[in-house]
Amino acid sequence: MSMPMPPPKRKNPALRTRPMHPPPAARSRIGLGLTAAAARGELALQVCQACGAHQYPPRESCCRCPSTHLKWQAQSGLGQLLAITTLSHSNDLFFRERLPWRLGMVALDVGVSVLVHLHEDVDTPNQNVRVLARLDRAGQAVLIAVPTQPSPHWQETSMMREMGCDPKHRKILITDGKSPTGQALARACVSAGAQTVWVGHAEPWKKLPGLDELAALPGVSLIPLDLTNERDVAKVSGGIGGKVDIVINNAEAHRTHGIADRAGTDAARFEMDLNYFGLLRLAQSLGPALKGRAADGPANAVAWVNVLSIYALANFPAHGTYSASKAAAYSLAQCLRAEMRPFGIRVINVFPGPVEDEWFQSLPPPKLNPDVLARAIVKALQEGTEDVYPGDVAQEWLQRWREDPKILEREIAAGDGQ
Amino acid sequence: MTRRGYDDVAVAVPVTVPYIRYSPRSAHWFVARALEDLLQASGLDKPSIDGLCLSSFTLAPDTAVGLLQHVGLSPRWLDHIPTGGASGVMAVRRAARAVQAGDADIVACIAADTNHVDTFRQTLGSFSQFARDATYPYGSGGPNSIFAFIMAHYMQKYGANREDFGHIAVAQRHNALRNPNALFKQPLTLEQYLSARPIADPIHLFDCVMPCAGAEAVLVMSSARARDLGFAHVVLRGAIERHNAFAHDPIFERGGWRVDRAELYAQAGATPAQVDFVQTYDDYPVVSMIQFEDLGFCDKGEGPAFVRSHNLQFDGTFAHNTSGGQLSSGQAGAAGGFLGLTEAVRQLTGAAEQRAVPGAQLGLVTGFGMVTYDRCLCTGALLLGAAA
Repeated sequence: MSMPMPPPKRKNPALRTRPMHPPPAARSRIGLGLTAAAARGELALQVCQACGAHQYPPRESCCRCPSTHLKWQAQSGLGQLLAITTLSHSNDLFFRERLPWRLGMVALDVGVSVLVHLHEDVDTPNQNVRVLARLDRAGQAVLIAVPTQPSPHWQETSMMREMGCDPKHRKILITDGKSPTGQALARACVSAGAQTVWVGHAEPWKKLPGLDELAALPGVSLIPLDLTNERDVAKVSGGIGGKVDIVINNAEAHRTHGIADRAGTDAARFEMDLNYFGLLRLAQSLGPALKGRAADGPANAVAWVNVLSIYALANFPAHGTYSASKAAAYSLAQCLRAEMRPFGIRVINVFPGPVEDEWFQSLPPPKLNPDVLARAIVKALQEGTEDVYPGDVAQEWLQRWREDPKILEREIAAGDGQ
Repeated sequence: MTRRGYDDVAVAVPVTVPYIRYSPRSAHWFVARALEDLLQASGLDKPSIDGLCLSSFTLAPDTAVGLLQHVGLSPRWLDHIPTGGASGVMAVRRAARAVQAGDADIVACIAADTNHVDTFRQTLGSFSQFARDATYPYGSGGPNSIFAFIMAHYMQKYGANREDFGHIAVAQRHNALRNPNALFKQPLTLEQYLSARPIADPIHLFDCVMPCAGAEAVLVMSSARARDLGFAHVVLRGAIERHNAFAHDPIFERGGWRVDRAELYAQAGATPAQVDFVQTYDDYPVVSMIQFEDLGFCDKGEGPAFVRSHNLQFDGTFAHNTSGGQLSSGQAGAAGGFLGLTEAVRQLTGAAEQRAVPGAQLGLVTGFGMVTYDRCLCTGALLLGAAA
């Protein structure tokens, strides 16, 4: 049974920091369907819409009937372990540096055999298992067989640590601690076992509610950080850049305007300056340090979280300029993800609906409780999902957006946005 | 409809371009060298070769087509078979049909590959779409990890142990010591086999083949033509191939040979007991054991007992992989699929020198190729007989 992961030893600073060599990242276009589902935390397989046969590996046509009409559908992943092997040799640097590495062949109940990474708690042929889809360090989906009844610390094995971004024993920077979301994030990271949490606050001369309580939590310290200020960002990155394992960028400016209801561009400029340029400044400053530490021992640099908004997908006119700034940030976050992926750093984009805070005051419920949002972010880190849509509003928007973005746009314009 | 037999077809002029572990040369060189050796050994000129069947993994960006311009051949029948370990069986079967139909008189069947220092790793990651999507990202062990599952499953289900597979590997090394082209020159004991380092448990070092560069080739023609030209030759008494058989078995434990074996033996009017030697495609010993079962030498699950009760050396009670097989000769890419073929022709034409199976009249050659995901998809077998 997996044991709790012990706190990693302090690293000898004289030793070389090993660079990350991510596992093989190449996939066929059709194979990326598995990754698209895993990015949301789902195991999906192609199912033939004509005869119902499940397919694996991904393909263009049914292996049973002649149909080319296959659809990705979520799966339970239940199956039986057929055989186990332990690799003592690998042709790829990632695995070579992590040998021995266990693999299994599993017969899924839906009738396909899948090659999987094998959790250490699975060790008996013919045992029942659950197969999960996770993103590996290359950011591509892989299958992992775990026990049907996982033990409490199953996510803490060295293999699972490579498949997720667990905050446990890691050092985390949260860019803004003054908002309810920032404070909830700090608390959630501490209770998830983070070793250190740096919480930024943009105006250190102001005594804002909640910050003293935060600073009293174990491992939490406040640092002055204003993402609109280049020198501030450079100072923080010079001070802790070589230590941060996870960045959670939640700092945001939010005003409630569209185009016609406010003259001038000051408010919109402020939103862009923090929400878009703030991300750019921080990524340029801290990104290289994270990339360099992606294989730095058991508490390596692993993730960058952007707290965006569901309104990044489609503009919500009542918060029009805010939506635009979040859309800009989302686009930049995709660029960041592409640049981080070869180095093994996960970029997680979070798309909450309206949060229970002062700038969403005028929206009716349901609104997302900051603690719920923070827990969703910690869970995404633990499970290594890439796109998170927490809360009912976000889920509903996502569904409508995926069905047809144009219909959603018209619905919102007609006042049916919320 | 009963298919037409093959026994007016001859296979002659077995050629082996010596294996080397690594070569800076291209696959094109190995093809050309095999052709040069074929012409030299047969005394034929290029225009006499009016058919070509080629198999190679490392010829990219070329195919058999481009090769024609390289080597200056102008055949009237051309085939390129991307079937690796099954390519020897398949090349001969196709060439035989071309000869019978009059599409070609003399077909050169050539398998050739180079092996640069990084060739094997690069081949693994791009071997198939399924390999790229569903096996290479899992530990990047290549076929070792797939056959580890197959071997582990076979051991669990049928009670085989490592010694049983060791018998196969050790006997092949005994044979290889009498094959000057085999890359492995040292004897192998069962103790050394058992104490070898693990690669992908239960597969250990001596369960694996060593990738290398080299080529194998034969000429296929009518028996009458072979006699006229005075070639030492064998006759093709039976041939089968089958692809993607038993696709719904959750894990590989039987191959396509089972589907067609009755027809194979019927073509030759022979039984397994009459076979004097067997050249199996041996990418791993477990694959040879499964073939003993699927080709009718024992029942499914009796492979372990079969190897315990037989001596598998060339001079034993069940002469198997008399050249040393790929396990002891090396695996020269697609030429690994021809190794049993050239060896069988040598055995049946009195050219096997110090590893000759005494009085051999009928030999079985198998093919097994292309692990695109969790098993090899191509299977085939030939029965070759000594010329009357």
